[in-house]
Amino acid sequence: MTEFPVITTSGLTKVYRSGDREVTALDGVDLHVREGEVYGVIGQSGAGKSTLIRCLNLLERPTSGTVTVAGQELTSLAGRGQRASAPLRAARSHIGMVFQHFNLLSSRTVQDNVELPLEILKVDRRERSRKALELLDLVGLADKAKAYPAQLSGGQKQRVGIARALAGDPKVLLSDEATSALDPETTRSILQLLRDLNRKLGLTIVLITHEMDVVKSICDSAALMKNGRVVEQGTVAELLATPGSELARELFPVGGEPSAEDRTVVDITFHGAAATRPVISELSRTYNVDISILGAAMDTVGGKQVGRMRIELPGRFEENVVPIGFLREQGLQVDVADVTAEAVDEAVTPVPAGAPRKEGAK
Amino acid sequence: MQPLLYDRTLDTLFMVWWSGFYAVLLGIPLGVLLHLTHRGAILQNIVVNKVLGAIVNIGRSFPFLILIVVLIPFTRFLVGVSIGPTGAVVPLVIAAVPFFARLVEAALREVDHGLVEAAHAMGGGTWTIVFKVLLPQALPALIAGVTTLVIQLIGYSAIAGAVGGGGLGDLAYTYGYQQYETPLMIATVVELILLVTLVQVLGDRLVRRLAQRGTRASSLRVGLRRTRPEEPAAVTEAA
Repeated sequence: MTEFPVITTSGLTKVYRSGDREVTALDGVDLHVREGEVYGVIGQSGAGKSTLIRCLNLLERPTSGTVTVAGQELTSLAGRGQRASAPLRAARSHIGMVFQHFNLLSSRTVQDNVELPLEILKVDRRERSRKALELLDLVGLADKAKAYPAQLSGGQKQRVGIARALAGDPKVLLSDEATSALDPETTRSILQLLRDLNRKLGLTIVLITHEMDVVKSICDSAALMKNGRVVEQGTVAELLATPGSELARELFPVGGEPSAEDRTVVDITFHGAAATRPVISELSRTYNVDISILGAAMDTVGGKQVGRMRIELPGRFEENVVPIGFLREQGLQVDVADVTAEAVDEAVTPVPAGAPRKEGAK
Repeated sequence: MQPLLYDRTLDTLFMVWWSGFYAVLLGIPLGVLLHLTHRGAILQNIVVNKVLGAIVNIGRSFPFLILIVVLIPFTRFLVGVSIGPTGAVVPLVIAAVPFFARLVEAALREVDHGLVEAAHAMGGGTWTIVFKVLLPQALPALIAGVTTLVIQLIGYSAIAGAVGGGGLGDLAYTYGYQQYETPLMIATVVELILLVTLVQVLGDRLVRRLAQRGTRASSLRVGLRRTRPEEPAAVTEAA
């Protein structure tokens, strides 16, 4: 992974007009995807993520804003109307795309499907065949070259879709809910394949999904979309280290309700070395407080071991300032959960609307 | 009676073959153009779409008998004669092109838009979309359309025959009906029924084979094997 941005959008806006109604699907999206990373865009349906990914190869024309892929500003290449200009088509042929419903031609064999982008690129017959077979081998379907899509399972169809997307030697692969039509086990194997391709070929992958597990298992970076806006983005490690990050909370939820009024509920996130120290018993001994553990989990996120715990301290927040300070000193990330008094927020940095209450301290 | 029936059958086949040939040749581009100029399609052009649509609708609403008469000068100009099988081909084509163009348009509309989108994403242009996606994917529906077209033309050619086009329609009318040769009339009608049935059966078979590509062995072997008892091996062999 390098710092070189391979996909950048700035001020990307898409407004759909139907009659006199206007729907803003994208509202000033600035996206930065670095070369060689797997970048996940997550959000609920209607959040605009599908529009966003379709704007990245201009299948959807943005109303305003720019899209730059691999140093080329696609928005300046766009032709008028629905027809794509020749330079835009040339650029598209080097951006791979896979789809939720695979979009394979039922009239062609698996091999001929993979050859289609090569036909568009006017590659000669022998080279087409060689390349298609090589790609099918790469996705583990060498023996299905002569089969028709109808003879394949969903996972196999998506592998063909991926092989086809790689035919133009793309630097970037766009994945539009590629695993959403697949069962959990097949989803895992497809994600594994994408991860392998990312590592083996240095392929940058942008994927959109509504499944947090997808982000958790393969993404280096992620963005959360709401109402056409990107409300959080960054590497998964950064997000987890951001107090109050909604994505972090979603990626790694801990539950648990406080047992009574006037309790302080604190979420603690452990990274690396901090995960192994006996901080909770130290806290209990040093300040002579009773601590209840409401919920806890350990997991691997973005390839790193992370732990999260929700604990409850007796008394209101004001009475617990010192123990919380102690936890921070231990290098832990501490978020005071929503259930405490309003007063907490006023002293700290402003929180975006809708984000959980938290303390601003890093 | 037999040589007469034979001659007139050849006339009918001549009319159906040539009018079918030209109707397909002209109807496919017209249908493609209608499809591509729709709102939101790649070559969106509302004016062209509306004008073509209007011409097609006018062509389709003409009663065939009247069309023949109206077209007499045009037919004479184009092929030198206005009667006989050759003269009948011109009005047959004029009637069949709009009919088939609509069938083509409907067939293309059924192609999954996701496939068109995938071709766009690969950098494909209009040519790729039409010749590598739309037409191949719509092939079963297009073949079904050709079947319908040919049957329609058999029917139309009988009408054309009755007003001087020759063929089986003429035979049934002038000999069978006007000269009270009932057996000849029955023979002619039976032959037309057999002809229509044959076209429909062959067309359906072809459509089935194309549509089932991949869901079972797609080669000709299936047709031969179907006479044998159930053969579960067919599917795995094709894989």
